[in-house]
Amino acid sequence: MGRAKIPRKSTNIDMTAMCDVAFLLLSFFILATKQKPPEAVAVQTPSSTQSTAAKDPSESILITLNAEGKCYLMLGEKTKRLEIVQDLNTTRSLGLSEAEMVKLSKMQVIGMPLGMIKGVLGLNQAVPAEKLEGIPIKDSANNEMMDWMRSVSNAYKGTNQRELEDNILLKGDMEALYPQFKNIKVALKKNDIYKFRIVTNGEAAPLGSELYKNNKSGKKAE
Amino acid sequence: MAEMDTSSGGGHKKGPGVKKGKKMSTRVDLTPMVDLGFLLITFFVFTTTMAKPTVMKMNEPKDDTPPEEQMKVKESAVMTLLLGKQNQIYYYYGTLTAEGASEQFKVTDFNNVGKLILDKRNSVPDGDKSKSDLMYIIKADKESKFKNVIDILDEMTINGVPAGHYAEVDITDTEAALIKKTEESSGIK
Repeated sequence: MGRAKIPRKSTNIDMTAMCDVAFLLLSFFILATKQKPPEAVAVQTPSSTQSTAAKDPSESILITLNAEGKCYLMLGEKTKRLEIVQDLNTTRSLGLSEAEMVKLSKMQVIGMPLGMIKGVLGLNQAVPAEKLEGIPIKDSANNEMMDWMRSVSNAYKGTNQRELEDNILLKGDMEALYPQFKNIKVALKKNDIYKFRIVTNGEAAPLGSELYKNNKSGKKAE
Repeated sequence: MAEMDTSSGGGHKKGPGVKKGKKMSTRVDLTPMVDLGFLLITFFVFTTTMAKPTVMKMNEPKDDTPPEEQMKVKESAVMTLLLGKQNQIYYYYGTLTAEGASEQFKVTDFNNVGKLILDKRNSVPDGDKSKSDLMYIIKADKESKFKNVIDILDEMTINGVPAGHYAEVDITDTEAALIKKTEESSGIK
């Protein structure tokens, strides 16, 4: 008498709905993440604790140094790539036609000595980057990166120097040897480019380190 | 006419000896599938955010600064770090003297260099004037890797060495020879 009986309910929950949600989220994340475009030159960048995000390569002038020490140049879509090529054509008197210059400026990867540009442009197929021999950066006497950088700085003449500095990215492989890196630096410095950016892999500051404490206290290390 | 005998088997009869088709539940336990789904989500979320490339800003000095305008640093506040092959770091304090070179010249690696940098920083007495003398000079040997240079620069940032208190300089022949000698004696190829 009296008490109402509480019906015993099963503890089993229908998981179907939750499963649906999980997979919906999963498919959303997979589709929404921007796929990294396949890199023309495979490079394993060293890591650093820097937190400034790298600029999109399509907006920058990317110098790539791979593990074997070959050097490539990639002119981004939004940079003055045609001006750069035209300037190089005049300063080094390469004798390229207008069409060839357009073709060269649209190349994804530039990685051949100046003397071979005409030959590579004449080919019907695009040569894969690892087959190219790279821009010579041997020493100060034979450093064609210097010519390229001169044209780059000429093309950006008149604009803010800062804009140019922001645009220059250097991406090096961990295993590349120091002298090659130094030669690229020399090429930049010879053209009065003293500031540039090195692409690294971001990582967190080690626990307890000075940087970690600074980050915690909100101090910005510059 | 031939007809299929559909009435046999006793579709409706439930007599003994007639096997009853067991009615199985069509419900499947979806818990493991949900687990898997969320596991994949976590995996994707983590991997996509972690691989973000960052940039290290480099600020190179001008080479053609006349000697009288070049920065002078106090010898006692200088630590020179030399990068050798196989991720070795050689270091000394002050200037290298011809007779005391073997004693001054020490070896370390990237796991321990952070502590040395901090120790040096703390050993320089406080006060505005002397702290501003603190200087780390980084010299990379031709056998060192690009990674080493970035790592040592990063080590400076990690240990809170302010910009302008470390610089990358070309290695001298004496130092290169000393590295070579040390490498030979410790068997580093």
